[in-house]
Amino acid sequence: MAAPAPQRFTLPNGLRVVLAPDRSAPVVGVSVHYDVGFRSEPEGRTGFAHLFEHLMFQGSESLEKLAHFRIVQSSGGTFNGSTHPDYTDYFQLLPAAALERALFLEADRMRAPKITEENLRNQIDVVKEEIRLNVMNRPYGGLPWILLPPILYRTFPNAHNGYGDFTDLEQATVDDCAAFFDAYYAPGNAVLTVTGDFAVEEATALVEKHFGDVPAREVPRRPSFAEPAPTSELRGEHADPHAPLPALSVGYRLPDPVTDLPGYLAYVVLAGVLTDGDASRLQQRMVHREPLVTDVSAGCGLFGTPLDARDPDTFTCTAIHPREVPVERVVAALDEELDSLAAEGPTAEELARVTARWASNLHREHDRIISRTLALGSFELLHGRAELVGELPRLIAGVTVDAVAAAAKNMRPDTRAVLTVSPAGGA
Amino acid sequence: MTDSTADTATRTHRGAEEIGRTPLGPRELPPLGAHVAAIEPPTVDVVLPNGLRLIAVQRSAVPMVELRLRIPFAGTDPLHAARAELLASTILTGTARRSRVQVDTDLALVGGELDAAVDPERLSVGGHALVSGLDTLLDVLADTLTGAAYADEEVDRERSRLLERITVARSQPSVIAREALQRHRYGDHPFAKEMPQAEEVAQATAEDVRELHRAAVLPRGSVLVLVGDIEPQRAVDVVGSALAGWSADASASVLPPLPPITGGDMLLVPRPGAVQSQLRLTAQAVPRTDPRYPAVQLANLVFGGFFSSRLVENIREQKGYTYSARSYLEFTPDGATVLIDADTASEVTAAALLETRYELGRLGLVPPTESEVDSARRYATGSLLTATASQTGLAATLAGLAQVGLGPEWLRDHPDRLAKVTVEQVAEAALEFFPPSAVTGVVVGDAERLAPQLRALGGVRIP
Repeated sequence: MAAPAPQRFTLPNGLRVVLAPDRSAPVVGVSVHYDVGFRSEPEGRTGFAHLFEHLMFQGSESLEKLAHFRIVQSSGGTFNGSTHPDYTDYFQLLPAAALERALFLEADRMRAPKITEENLRNQIDVVKEEIRLNVMNRPYGGLPWILLPPILYRTFPNAHNGYGDFTDLEQATVDDCAAFFDAYYAPGNAVLTVTGDFAVEEATALVEKHFGDVPAREVPRRPSFAEPAPTSELRGEHADPHAPLPALSVGYRLPDPVTDLPGYLAYVVLAGVLTDGDASRLQQRMVHREPLVTDVSAGCGLFGTPLDARDPDTFTCTAIHPREVPVERVVAALDEELDSLAAEGPTAEELARVTARWASNLHREHDRIISRTLALGSFELLHGRAELVGELPRLIAGVTVDAVAAAAKNMRPDTRAVLTVSPAGGA
Repeated sequence: MTDSTADTATRTHRGAEEIGRTPLGPRELPPLGAHVAAIEPPTVDVVLPNGLRLIAVQRSAVPMVELRLRIPFAGTDPLHAARAELLASTILTGTARRSRVQVDTDLALVGGELDAAVDPERLSVGGHALVSGLDTLLDVLADTLTGAAYADEEVDRERSRLLERITVARSQPSVIAREALQRHRYGDHPFAKEMPQAEEVAQATAEDVRELHRAAVLPRGSVLVLVGDIEPQRAVDVVGSALAGWSADASASVLPPLPPITGGDMLLVPRPGAVQSQLRLTAQAVPRTDPRYPAVQLANLVFGGFFSSRLVENIREQKGYTYSARSYLEFTPDGATVLIDADTASEVTAAALLETRYELGRLGLVPPTESEVDSARRYATGSLLTATASQTGLAATLAGLAQVGLGPEWLRDHPDRLAKVTVEQVAEAALEFFPPSAVTGVVVGDAERLAPQLRALGGVRIP
C-alpha cells in the first residue's frame, strides 16, 4: 500500500496517539478507542458498556445536551460510536476544516462528561428501542453474537448478552456511570487516531492543545477473560418467534489473536475457503450441489470482523435452512468438508482466491477513511500495532496450505458449540 | 438513586457532579479552519456506440476499480417481477464459456466480485477488482451480458432458493412495512412490486428468464460508472472494446410515471405479536432537476434528515420513543417523494405519530431559523464531500445521479446551489411539501394494542 506508515506518540497523561496523514481528499477521520467493552461490565449490569457509550454523547463540561451532534453535523461531519467485546470506539468523519473541532469534542468528553439522571433515563429508553429493533422484533435477532456465546462459554464476561437485559438496563444508576467512567475512561486507557488531510506538526500541536490537560488517572489492570475450551460438544436451542426457517450457528474457539497471530490468520483464510464466493467449499456443496441451506457464512469474530477482540475469540459458521433439512445433515456436511481440508489442505488456487480477495477488500477498507481510522485505532489498542492494517495483505498471503489444514483439523466436534434456531411463530 | 446518596467514605470513584466539572470551567468551541475544496478528478462522460453511457473517474488512492452498471428494467407484465428476480439471481451463474464456479474463480483471482440485484426500475450489476484485473472484470461482465446461459439446473436451484429468501425477507418488519407503504401509495402500479409473490416465482421458467434477458438487458439507455485507479480515456478504450459485442437497437425499459402522492388517512397494518411498530409516512417532493430542490433538501434535513433535526431531537433525544427516526428523499426518473421512518415500542407508537405530525406542522408554521438552515447547509455540503471521498462512495453517488439522468457536473455544482438557498425559500418549501395535510402512510404493528390510541388520535384507518 502506498500510504506511509502511521506515526505515533504518547502524551504525558498516557493517551496514545496515532496519526496517519493522507492528502488525497480534504477530509479527516478522528476516533477514540477506550480499552473497555462489554466483557468488562459487572454482573447485574449487562448492557452497561453500550448504555454508557450512549451517555458519552449526552454532553460534557463545555457542551450542552445535543451540542455534540449539532456541532459535528453543522461542521459538515458525521459521527457514531460502537461497543465491542473489548473496546468502545467514538468517531467522526469531517471536512478537513473541522479537525480541531473534532479534537475539542473528544477531549471535552474524555475530560469531563456530564452524566445526568434525566439523560440516563432517556438513553435507557433509546437503547431498549435499539434492542427491540435489532433483536426482539425481527427474525434471527442476535444471531450469532448474543445467542451463541452462552452455549460456547461458561464465564460471565464471555457468555453474557452485551446488549443487556431490560431489567439490568433499568437498574443502571448515575453513580454506576461515574464509577465506570473513573475506572475505564482514563486517557492512559485510550487511543486517539487521526487520519486524512492534515500536516503532522499541525495535528500534533492540536492534539497537545486539547488533550494535554486531561488529567492522568490510574489505568485499570486488564483482566484475563481466558477460560478452558470445551471438551465435549455443547448444544443449545433457541425458539425464534419471527423466524420462518430454521437456522444454526456453530462456534469454535480461535487461537489467541495477539500472541498467535499466524495461527489466527489460518482460520481467517479457512473461513474464506469455506464460504467466500460461489467457488468456495460450503457454497458449492451446501447451497448448490446437495443443496442443504439457503445461505451459509463463516468467519472469525462474533460480528464477522476478524482481529476485533482479544482472547477468547470465536469462529462461527451460520446457516439458514429449509425445515425439511435436518440440522444433523448440515453439521455432517460441515464436518466432512473440514475433514477433507484437514487431510489434504486447500488447493493453491483456493489460497490464491482468498488472498487476492482479502488484498482487494483491505484496499477498499483503506480507501474509506473512517474504516481506515477505526482499523488503525483498534489494531493499536488490541495489538499495539496500527501498522498491522498495512501488513495484513502480506500476512494473509503468507498463510500456508499446512496451516489451513491444521486449523481445519482443530475444528473437531468435541470443541464446539452448536446453536439451533427453531421457528416458533404462529404463522 | 443519585450519586448524592452514595456513601462518600467508602466510594473509590468520583461522583458524576465532580466528573462533569474542571477548575477551568467550560471552554470555547474552536472555529472551523479554512475550507478546502476537493480537487476535481479527471472525468469522462460519454455515450459509446452501442448506446451505453459511460462515466469514468480517476481516483488513485488505492489500486482498485469500482464498477456500477444500471440498466432500466421496468416491466408491466404481472409476472415481470418474478422473472426479473430470477434473472438477477442467475445472471452470474455461468455462460457458454464459464461455469458458475469459473465465474467466481476468475473474479476472485483478480480480487474481484460482481453482484446483481433488481428493483422495479432497474437491474443493477456492481463490483470491483484490483485495477490490474480490470480486463478480467470487464471480460466476465461482457461474457455475462452477452452470453448468460441460465442453465436449467442453475435456474431451478436459484428458484427454490429465491422462494426461501422471499419467505425470510417477508418476516422482516422493515420489508413488511415497505410493501405495505408501496401498496398504500401506488396500489398495483409496477413500482409498488418490489418483491414477487411465491406463486409467481414458482411459475417463472428458465426460458422466460432467457427471453427477458434478450429483450431487456440492453445497453441503450443504460449507464456504466467506473471509478478507480485508471486514466479515464483508457477506461473508455477498455470498456468500449470489452463491451463492443453488447448491442441492440431497442432501448432499455423505463418505468411509467408515478401518480403523485396526495395526503390522506394513514393505514394501520396488523402484525400480531409485534413489540415494536413501524411508522412510515410519505409526501410528494420534487426531483433534483427542480429549482426548488435545494430548498426542499434543506427543509428535509431540518425536519428529520440528520441527527440534529427537529424530529430526532424530539422523539429520540427528548422523549426516548425511538432509536431510529429519519426522513429522506427517494428519487425516480420523473419525481421524488419524502419518506419518514421511525420504529417505536407499541406503547408509545401513537404518541410518536402525534409528535411527528406536530413537527411536520411546525416546520411550515414555525419555519427553520437562519441557524437551522445554516447547519443543514453545512451538513449537506460536508456530507457530499465525505460521501464522495472514497472510490466506493463516489461510484455509488454517480450511479445514483446517472440513473435519474444527471452527471458529475451536478455533483460539482451542488455546493453552489446550496449556498444560494435563502431562509425564505426553505420556509416556502417547508410549508408546501411538509404539512401534515400532504402526508399519508402506514403504521405496522400489534393492531390490538395500537387501535384504541390511533382511533383516538384520528387520521388512521383501522381495518
